[in-house]
Order: sequence, then C-alpha cells, then structure tokens
Amino acid sequence: MAAESLPLDTKPAETGAAPVLTPTQLVWRRFSKHKMALAGAIGLILLMLLIVVGSVIIPETTANEGVIRDRLKSPSAEHWFGTDSTGRDVFARIIYGGQISLVIGVFAVALSVSIGTLVGGIAAYFGGWVDTVLMRITETVLCIPQLFLLIVLGKYLSKEVPTLNIMGRSFSGSVLIVILVIGITSWMYLARIVRANVLSLRELDYVSASKALGASHTRVFFAHLIPNTMGPIIVAATLGLAGAILSEAYVSFLGLGVQPPTASWGNMLTQAQSFILKGSWWMWFFPSLFIVYTILCINIMGDGLRDALDPRSGRSA
Amino acid sequence: MMWTFLIRRFIIAFFTLLLITMICFVLTRLSSDPMAQYATVQRMSAEDRAALRLKLGLDQPLPLQYVRWLGLALQGDLGQSSFSKEKVSELILQRLPLTLVLMLSAQLAIVTLSVVLGLIAAVKQYSITDNIITAFSFVGFSMPIFFIAFSLLLLFAVKFKEWGLPYFPTGADIWDPKDIRELLWHLVLPVSCLVVIQVAGYSRYLRSSILEVLGLDYIRTARAKGLVERQVLFKHALRNAALPFVTILGLDLASLLGGALITESVFTWPGMGRLFWEYAQRGDFPVVNGVLLLTSGAVVFATILTDVAYTFIDPRISLS
Repeated sequence: MAAESLPLDTKPAETGAAPVLTPTQLVWRRFSKHKMALAGAIGLILLMLLIVVGSVIIPETTANEGVIRDRLKSPSAEHWFGTDSTGRDVFARIIYGGQISLVIGVFAVALSVSIGTLVGGIAAYFGGWVDTVLMRITETVLCIPQLFLLIVLGKYLSKEVPTLNIMGRSFSGSVLIVILVIGITSWMYLARIVRANVLSLRELDYVSASKALGASHTRVFFAHLIPNTMGPIIVAATLGLAGAILSEAYVSFLGLGVQPPTASWGNMLTQAQSFILKGSWWMWFFPSLFIVYTILCINIMGDGLRDALDPRSGRSA
Repeated sequence: MMWTFLIRRFIIAFFTLLLITMICFVLTRLSSDPMAQYATVQRMSAEDRAALRLKLGLDQPLPLQYVRWLGLALQGDLGQSSFSKEKVSELILQRLPLTLVLMLSAQLAIVTLSVVLGLIAAVKQYSITDNIITAFSFVGFSMPIFFIAFSLLLLFAVKFKEWGLPYFPTGADIWDPKDIRELLWHLVLPVSCLVVIQVAGYSRYLRSSILEVLGLDYIRTARAKGLVERQVLFKHALRNAALPFVTILGLDLASLLGGALITESVFTWPGMGRLFWEYAQRGDFPVVNGVLLLTSGAVVFATILTDVAYTFIDPRISLS
C-alpha cells in the first residue's frame, strides 16, 4: 500500500550475518510489517473487548427481554442503537448476538478445519483408492450450492431443538446445530489445499526417514505432515472464520439458524426485514454494520497472514 | 484424444450426479415428512392415511424409495409437489426465465464492471485510484448481501418516494413480467445488489492476474516494439490475464441457475432461489430435490465445459 514499497521487484539484499530466527518469529516479522493486517487484528481485538466488557456491564435480560412500551424507538441517549419491534435494546442484542456469532464462527471453523485436514490429509497420505473416493466425495459436495446445502441440512437437523444450559446461561440448542451445519458444509476447499500440500510433503526425505525409523502412520501424519501444512491451514481457517460468520448470518436470516430470544447478528436481521419499508433502519443497520466490520477485519488480517505465512507469495496480491 | 477425455469425464460426471442425488434425497427425505400436511385433515381416517402412504410408496425402505425416484428422474419425470400437486418440472420451468433474466443481466454488468475496475487498478497500481478500488472491493467482499439489499431498498424505494423523487419498486407490488418496461424497472435494484457483492471479488482477482501478466517478458517485448499502450493492454495483457478468470466465470455461470436466494427474497423476485426456499420451508421434498438436481447438474457439466473451453482459449494446455 505505502509508497516506500516500490513495485520494482528486486531481491532483498543478502545481509551478511542475519540473526537466526524461528519460523514463528519470521512469520510475525512479516505479519507485523503488513500495516493493514495489523490494523485488522487490532480491530478484531477491540471488537472482542467491546463484547466482553459489554456483556459484563449489560445484563443479558436487557438483550433478551424487551419493554413493549419502548418498541421501535429510534437511537437515543437511552437506547444508543434504538429498540426493536419487541422493545429490546438493539445495542445490548448486538453485544450478546456478537458473542453467539463469534462463538458459532470459531467452533464451526474448528469443525470444518478438522474435517478438511483429515479428509485432505488422509486422501493424500494413503493415495490410491482412498484418495479417489475421498476426493470424489469432496468434489461432489462442492457441486451442491452451499446455501441450498445449508438449508437442507439445517432443516434436517433442526427438527427437535433442545435448550442447553451452559455456565448458568440457557442457549437455544439451535446454536449447536448451526455450528454443525456450517462446519459440515465448508470443509471442502481446505481438504483440497491440505491434500495438495501433503502430496508434495509425502515424498520428502524426512518423511521416509521417519517411516524407516518405525514411526506409525498416525505419528508421521500428526507429527510431520500436518505441522508442515499449518501455514495454509491457518490462512484458510482465518478466511473461513469470515465465511462462517457470514453463513451464520445467512442461515439465521432465513430463520433456520439461532432461534430467538437468543440473539445473533443474523436473526436480528430477520426480525428487521419486515420493518424496512416502515423506516426502522436502526434495527438492521447496526447489526449489519457489525457483521461488515468483523468480516472486514478478519479478511484484511487473513490477507496479511497469507503473505506472512507463504514466503513465495509476493506483495502483488 | 478429445473424445476419450470427454467420455471419461462424462462417466465421472454421471457418478458424481448419482452421489449428489443420493445425498440430497436422503437429507431432504429425512428432514421432512410428506404425510405431515395431512395430519390436520379431519376427514381422513387412519385407513386413508395408510392407503396414501402405500400409494406414495412411503412404506418402503428409503433405498427403494430412492431407486424409484431415480428411475423416474432418469426418464425426465421429477414427480410432483407434495403440496400443490403441480409437476416439479413445470414449477421449475415457470421460474427459469425470470431467474435467467435476473442472473444474466447481473452477470453481464458484473463482468464488464470488474474488467474495467481490475484493469484500472492494475495499470495504476498503488495509486490513489487503485487504493480506493481496493478499499471498496474489500468492503464489498465483506458485506452480507442483505445489508446492500436493505440499504438500496430503504434509499431508492422508501426514501426516494418520501422525497417525491422517481423511486424504484420494492418488488412487493403486483407487476407483469411480460411488460418489458416494468421488468427493467423491477430489475434495477436486485441487479445492483448482486453487482456490488460480486464485483468486489472479481475485480480483485482480475487485478492480481493482470499485474502478474504485466510483469512478463512478452509484455516488455510488445512495448519495446513500439506498440501503443492500449494495444499492449487489451490485445496482449488482458487476453492472457482473463484465462484463469474463465474458469471462475464458467462455474459461476452454472450457479446462476440456482438464482440468488437472499436477493430474490428481499425483492420478492420470482426466481429459482425463492422456489427452492419456499418449498424447502414446507418440506416439499420432490421440488427441493428437483431444484438441487438441476443446479448441481449444471455445475457438474459446466466444469467439463470450462475444461474444454480452456483448451481452445489456451493452446498451451492439453486435455490429457
């Protein structure tokens, strides 16, 4: 971005005695030079601070129980972001909805990364018919439009939704279902990336050496192959987090996701939809703004991480 | 060689489609009970219900039901909606024209705009223009489509009406799609919505692939032999930079058939996405399966077509 990085792609001058850095230090060095990425990371930290501090100060009842007399109030000193159609404070709901959206995003990504890494890694490691079968399945699932898959799976899983009690708070069981649904529908790209990576690693000498020393498949897999694929996995997970939060918003927007009164950024918009034409813009504007802000921070950070973790990628993209 | 490639790909495609239908059938069938709609019908006796179950083949085990559905589907019979009793193929055909009108006009605008923006951003790399385009594409890329849809709706439909300016329809009104002027008028907002979302990713992608090409030797040669910059850009750079773009475009063209669920719902556009959503909500599995088969089938075949098209555009790549 900045003017000091000239487009002339000259090789960095060889420094005589460069200090030896660990890979993590190298990555951090490259990442912290990427000003935008750093800004994205800081933006995310600020958001989390807001959510954590906010949920300490504002009791959950403010978010989930409204005063019907105060319904559809426009933003004021008392209700910063106004109130929704049942008189709940939109700001409080954004705080608590943010918790839910972020939790769903993180767990869904964890699930999709686990599936993707296992499928891609196993396919590449064992090769042959295992590879063929797993990759065919991957490509098959990729052919089904993701939103359609989300809906069908969401409908299938959400037939009976129990209410969960975790740490003294009750959640709609739909939170778990949304995590499952998003996780199951978003592992395919990562599986392909991991497969390509492991395929090239598998042939390297240190893997053969490890095998010759009698290491089990599991050991070779988890101690050598996966750690060396961590770069692409981290990048995919970061960008996947953005995708998962968006997916949550879409699924909840369609009414298949998190069920009220538990707030999520997506289901706040469902409720707002019928009030657009009546001009209650604050009901959808603020939750959307938070979604955009979060996704933007994550995407910028992911871009920086990609540059930092992949030494081959230049600054062109 | 071309033929063996095609035959091989088609055989694989057939099995992929088979697997898709299997996944979709099992999921949709398990998630909805076609008998649920009759649960409240008073006149129906228990025997009637049993007879209907028998008639619909619901008493048979799931794999058998699937084989039966598949057999009919292979003959082009997708069955009928379990609610309205309309034929699935007819329901789909009714929605197809307007889906294509919406999606194709959006796609046309998207491609044109992203080529222009990508080119400008690449040529003026790191300039203010480039930074602005980059910033916008990042924001657009991070935006859920309903944010744009709601904003456009509020500004151009609600506020413009309030301010007495010429305003766009919300889509909730009754209109005749055969009237070309009304059609275009209703098309503006949903298309702009899709454009904002999609241009971001496309133009960014084009920018980086143009930049990559611009650094190659043959571009320097072209410039060195005294070609006008415009010729270098359009005849040499853009053509090659567009190659990877073709793959993405090919796959996206296939997904056009599925329509745009969210945009269609917000602007009440009678397209395929809404067809799917309306019937999926009611658990109407024949319709849902029909739409899934059509859209995923389109993606499967578009993949083959794109691969073939690629060999024509890029002679360096052979099919083997």
